Amino acid sequence: MAEKVLTVDNLKINFHTDSGEVQAIGDVSFDLAKGETLAIVGESGSGKSVTTRSIMGLLAKNAQVDHGQITFKGQNILDLSEKQLQDLRGSEIAMIFQDPMTSLDPTMKIGQQIAEPLIKHQKLSKQAALEQALEMMKAVGIPNAEAHLNDYPHQFSGGMRQRIVIAIALIDHPEILIADEPTTALDVTIQAQILNLIKNIQQASASSVIFITHDLGVVAGVADRVAVMYAGQIVEIGTVDEIFYFPQHPYTWGLLNSMPTVETRTGVLESIPGTPPDLLNPPVGDAFTARNKYALAIDEQRQPPYFQLSPTHFAATWLLDDRAPEVTPPMEIQRRWQRYIKKHPEALEQRAQAKEVSTTLALTGKEDM
Amino acid sequence: MFKYVMKRLGIIVFTLILIISATFFLMKLMPGSPLANAERLSGDQQRLIEAQYGLDKPLLVQYWNYLVNALHLDFGTSFQFQGQPVSTLIAQRIGPSAQLGIQAIVFGVIAGIGLGAAAAVRRNTKTDTALSILAVLGISVPSFVVAALLQYYIGLKLDWLPIAGWEGFAYTILPTIALGLQPLAISARFIRTEMVEVMGSDYIELARAKGLSRSEIVWKHALRNSLIPLVTLIGPMAVNLMTGSIVIEQIFTIPGIGSQFVNSILTNDYPVIMGTTIVYSMMLMVVLLITDVVYGLIDPRIRLAD
Repeated sequence: MAEKVLTVDNLKINFHTDSGEVQAIGDVSFDLAKGETLAIVGESGSGKSVTTRSIMGLLAKNAQVDHGQITFKGQNILDLSEKQLQDLRGSEIAMIFQDPMTSLDPTMKIGQQIAEPLIKHQKLSKQAALEQALEMMKAVGIPNAEAHLNDYPHQFSGGMRQRIVIAIALIDHPEILIADEPTTALDVTIQAQILNLIKNIQQASASSVIFITHDLGVVAGVADRVAVMYAGQIVEIGTVDEIFYFPQHPYTWGLLNSMPTVETRTGVLESIPGTPPDLLNPPVGDAFTARNKYALAIDEQRQPPYFQLSPTHFAATWLLDDRAPEVTPPMEIQRRWQRYIKKHPEALEQRAQAKEVSTTLALTGKEDM
Repeated sequence: MFKYVMKRLGIIVFTLILIISATFFLMKLMPGSPLANAERLSGDQQRLIEAQYGLDKPLLVQYWNYLVNALHLDFGTSFQFQGQPVSTLIAQRIGPSAQLGIQAIVFGVIAGIGLGAAAAVRRNTKTDTALSILAVLGISVPSFVVAALLQYYIGLKLDWLPIAGWEGFAYTILPTIALGLQPLAISARFIRTEMVEVMGSDYIELARAKGLSRSEIVWKHALRNSLIPLVTLIGPMAVNLMTGSIVIEQIFTIPGIGSQFVNSILTNDYPVIMGTTIVYSMMLMVVLLITDVVYGLIDPRIRLAD
């Protein structure tokens, strides 16, 4: 396995609110290899943004890390002082934000906004930083960059502004780039351009990317691995092929089933019934039970552990237990499985032999302690 | 920009004519006569004096004469001070008033921005609550009350600063504070609200993600964005200061234009009333024009096109 740049171990974060403790994420573990793109997929409130905010040390004040650690370059990010975090942010870990229309300071020239992290972290003079900013503007595809160095954000379109946001994130060559739904606010043609841009830049710079999205269509094009989050937990994680063509968790089935493809013939848009659980009073057992028509009796009592299918593929569902009855996934998922099995004849065998593993071992490849 | 300013200056001249007209007729509706001891003068004497000042002519003719003279920058001579041209009278007294007004607004707005920003950054702490209470007090307590308190405690009891008069910078401090307290409170409250909102915006989060420290974020990003709406308030605040200064000038016996304005109204000194009104209106309109230009300087999105 390639060198790991980031490891998240058993992270659990609560939010104190007036109505009580909200368990935003519970026991999330994953790692990130050098040069890899990990997509975190999930619906609103599933904890994907909280996870990445904690990596940046940008959690809201009422957030409390219950336990867990985030290891970056041998140090636990959660233990760092605000000053140390400032040195990290924008320099070694950078972030692309969701809405380019509101992410740029409307009163500052864009050249200066792009140059700011360099002035802060590399202690460059304004002039030298602006020169690099100009190069970066060219690299992210802003046409005629020289003429726009002193322009203000309102003089740019949404797509161009997102390129500027990307330039800000990349200017100090971060090792980890967190892209928080970077294409959600853009229209489809611009989305494709921005996705390509992120992909190209990543390949050129060999930085690792955590790509947060709720759009599975976007994931297929950019990610190496996919983590599916639900109610503050990773319910399934695997390579893009494994998640898209050999999904195991009923929630992943639901997500894939609700995504229309060119083969969709029925004219009916599938959806997952119900709403995500209330994280103020999280349900006992598997959080997805109430919406899961494949739920077993044990789902209501015990949270399923991770079952390992392949060195990279893990899913937290009792359906993989030896004692579970054989269920038939939705038609669309069956079609996907068939395609996968044709390429990977051993897949069904692996599924049958899927073993229960502990969280830490499963998701970070570390020996459990 | 130049074209815009020129256009605005044109509008100012037009507005002034409207103000002159309205004031002129309102002034003539006031009871009383400019003659200080009218009851002791015979009818003939009164008519003679009125003829000398052109007060015997029909109202519309007086109005027209005044307007034509005013457009030639001739504002007549005072009734009260024999033979003193209005322009000289005002010129002698505008200095202290303008100085006081400018000092008060600069002090009020800058201190207000500082306190408001401090409150916003320390939101929901004791500092914030204390500053909010101060701001409410500053807005609700009239400036003449503050003036009296300052005179009593700082002037009389502590003997730190002169109580009244106008003989140097030390004399300007107490009136400046008294007059500047209201703009201070208003801007502090305004900046706090605005800054709390700005601090929650996406571009501040991006600034944090860049690794900037809190003070860098406040100075480089939050403050400027919070200032934009405050600029709108400075116009109306300037009005408050000018009217407020009339009272403050009386309390601190400052030889400003305010006391003269009140005097001229009490004695029906028509030319001085008109002249002072014109000066006040001019100052106001210039402040508003400056406000609009500053707006564009702070916020590039509304930078004025040529």
